[in-house]
Amino acid sequence: MSAASPALSVDTLTTEIRSRGTWYQAVRAVSFQVHARETVALVGESGCGKSLTALSIMGLLPLGVGRIAGGAIALDGEAVSGRSDAQMEKIRGNRIGMVFQEPMTSLNPVLSVGFQIAEPLIYHRGLSRRAAEARAIELMHLVRIPSAAERVGAYPHQFSGGMRQRVMIALALACAPKVLIADEPTTALDVTIQAQVLALIAGLQKSADLAVLLITHNLGVVASVADRVLVMYGGDVVESAAVRDLFARPTHPYTSALLAAMPRADRSSAVIAPIPGQVPTLADMPAGCRFQSRCPLREERCAQRPSLTAIDAAGTHQVRCWVRGGASS
Amino acid sequence: MLLFIAKRLLLAIPTLFGVLTLVFFLVRIVPGDPALVVLGDQASPAALDALRERLGLNKPVLVQYADYLTSIAHGDLGRSLTTNRPVMGDMLSVLPYTIELTLASLVIGLLGGVPLGVMAAVKRNGIADWLARIVSLIGLSFPAFVSGVLLLVLFAIQVRWFPVISAPRSGDALERLRALALPAINLGVIMIAYVTRVTRSGMLSALGEDYVRTARAKGVPARAVVWRHALRNVLIPVVTIVGLNLGVLIGNSVLTEIVFSRPGLGKIIVNALNTRDYATLQGMMVVFAFAIVVANVLTDLVYGLVDPRVKTA
Repeated sequence: MSAASPALSVDTLTTEIRSRGTWYQAVRAVSFQVHARETVALVGESGCGKSLTALSIMGLLPLGVGRIAGGAIALDGEAVSGRSDAQMEKIRGNRIGMVFQEPMTSLNPVLSVGFQIAEPLIYHRGLSRRAAEARAIELMHLVRIPSAAERVGAYPHQFSGGMRQRVMIALALACAPKVLIADEPTTALDVTIQAQVLALIAGLQKSADLAVLLITHNLGVVASVADRVLVMYGGDVVESAAVRDLFARPTHPYTSALLAAMPRADRSSAVIAPIPGQVPTLADMPAGCRFQSRCPLREERCAQRPSLTAIDAAGTHQVRCWVRGGASS
Repeated sequence: MLLFIAKRLLLAIPTLFGVLTLVFFLVRIVPGDPALVVLGDQASPAALDALRERLGLNKPVLVQYADYLTSIAHGDLGRSLTTNRPVMGDMLSVLPYTIELTLASLVIGLLGGVPLGVMAAVKRNGIADWLARIVSLIGLSFPAFVSGVLLLVLFAIQVRWFPVISAPRSGDALERLRALALPAINLGVIMIAYVTRVTRSGMLSALGEDYVRTARAKGVPARAVVWRHALRNVLIPVVTIVGLNLGVLIGNSVLTEIVFSRPGLGKIIVNALNTRDYATLQGMMVVFAFAIVVANVLTDLVYGLVDPRVKTA
C-alpha cells in the first residue's frame, strides 16, 4: 500500500488455454506495471494474447478453457492472483473496472441503463437501489451523456454506440477503481466518436488518478494516448518501450512490420506492407522465437527462445530478438 | 401501453374473422343433412322442411353466412341440435373449469420448468440436468390420455390421495383443489417439459453473452448474474414457447377432462361429436378459435412486459 507501489503490477503472468484436450501457453511470462495516471498499451494482432492477459487480471478466464499457470498479479502492492471467484467478485468493478469492445452487446438489453450503472454501487458500496440510481445520474453526467436525468431509466437500444460506450465507462468507474482496463474500447465506433471516447477516458484518468491498461491493435490510438507500449506476438511480449521510443526506433521485426502495415496519411497506399502469412494457431507455434515463421531476418539461433533484453542505457526499451536485440545503433 | 393493447386487439380482428369464415364453410362442406341427422330418416318431409326453415338452412349460403356473423357478433352461438339449449349458455357454465385447469397447468409448467431449466444450464451434466432430461422426455413422449390414466392408477387407486372422478361435488375450496390436482399435474408435466427445454437452451446461450461478462466484470455475484442478468433475457423465448403451446394445452385439456371425468369444454365437444351435433361443434370451434386469439394477444402483452424493445417497435 506504499505510495511507490504501482496501481497494477503483473509479474511473469502465464495463461494457458485448452484446445482439443491439450493446454497451450497463450500468454507467456508477461510482466508490466501500470502506475496512477499512466496509460500502458498492449498491442498486437488478434490472438496474440492481449485480451487473455486482461481477462487473467480480472479473473474472468472462461472456466475449463482458460487458466492462470503461473505468475502474480497485484493491485496497489497487494497480491490478488490465486483468489477464489467469490473473493474476486469483491475486487472486480470495485478496484478494477473494465470496458469491453462491443458496446452493442456488452450491455444487458432488458435492464435499464441507470440500473446497470448503479449495480456495482449496490454490491460494493451497499447503497440502496434508489441512492445508487441517483449516483448513476451523476456518473452519466460525468461521462457527458446529455439529459442524464431523463435517460437514466432508458434501455440500451435507445442509445447510440458511442453513448453506450460512455455507459460502459460509467459503470466501470462507478466505484472509483484505481485501475481501468479498456479492451479495444473504440474499435466498434465511428472515427469521430473514437476520438471523443478516448478524450473522455484521458480526462477521467487525470481527474481520478486512474491507471489505464489499454488493449488495442490500433497504433494510431497508441500514439495518441499511451505512455508505454508492450507489443505482443503469440503470447510473448516482443518489444516494450516508452511510446516515443517505440515509434522513433521500432526494433523487433514484428514491430517494424506492424508499423509498415499501418495506413498513414503521409504515404501512399502502395507503400503499405502487409505482414506475410498468418499468426500460427497455438498448436502450431514454433519452438523458440514465435515470430520466426513470418520473420524476414530469421536465423538458425531463432530456434532458441530469445529473452527480453534492454537495448538502451536506461533499460526501458526492451526487445525479444536474437538479431536486433543486442544491436545498439 | 394502452395504445399497444389497442393495436394488438385491432390486429386480432382480421384473424378472428378469417377463422369464423373457415369454420362456417367447413361445417357446410361436411356431407349429410343436419335436419335428417336430428329427426332421423323416418321423419316426414313436412317436418324436415319445418326444421330446415327454423335452422335457416333453406336460405342461400351467403345469407346464412351473414346471419351467422350477425348472431356471433351478438354473442349467440346457436342452439344445440340435440338438447335445443343455447350453446353459449352450456359453454359458459363449464368454461371456469377449463380455464381453471389451463391456468393451473400453466403455473405448474412455469414454476417447475423455469428453475429446472436454469439449474440444468448452470450445472451441465449435473443432477438438475439429468432430472431436466428425464422430465422433458416424459412430458414430451407420453400422450396426455396415457399419462392421465397412469396418474389415476397411481394416485387415485393405488394410493388414494386424490379422487378418481375430478368433478368437484361442492364449492369447498379444498375439495376443488383436490379435484384439480391430478388433471393439472397431467397437463403441467407437458408444460414443464417445453418450458425446461427452452429455458435450458436459452440460459446456455445467454451465459455466453457479452452482457453476462460485463455483469461479472462489475463484480455482480454469480447467483445474481444467472437469475437477474441471464434469466431476464431467457424469459423472452420462454414467453414465446408458452404462447405457442397454449393452443396445445387447450387441446390436451379436452383429453384430460375426459380421462379425469371433469366438467369442461372437452366434455361438451366429445358429446357433440358422439351425437353429430354440428351446431354445437361449430359453436365450440368458434370458442376455441377465440381462446387461441386471446392467448396470442395476451402473449404479445407479456412480451411488452419482459422485453423493453417491444414497446417502441
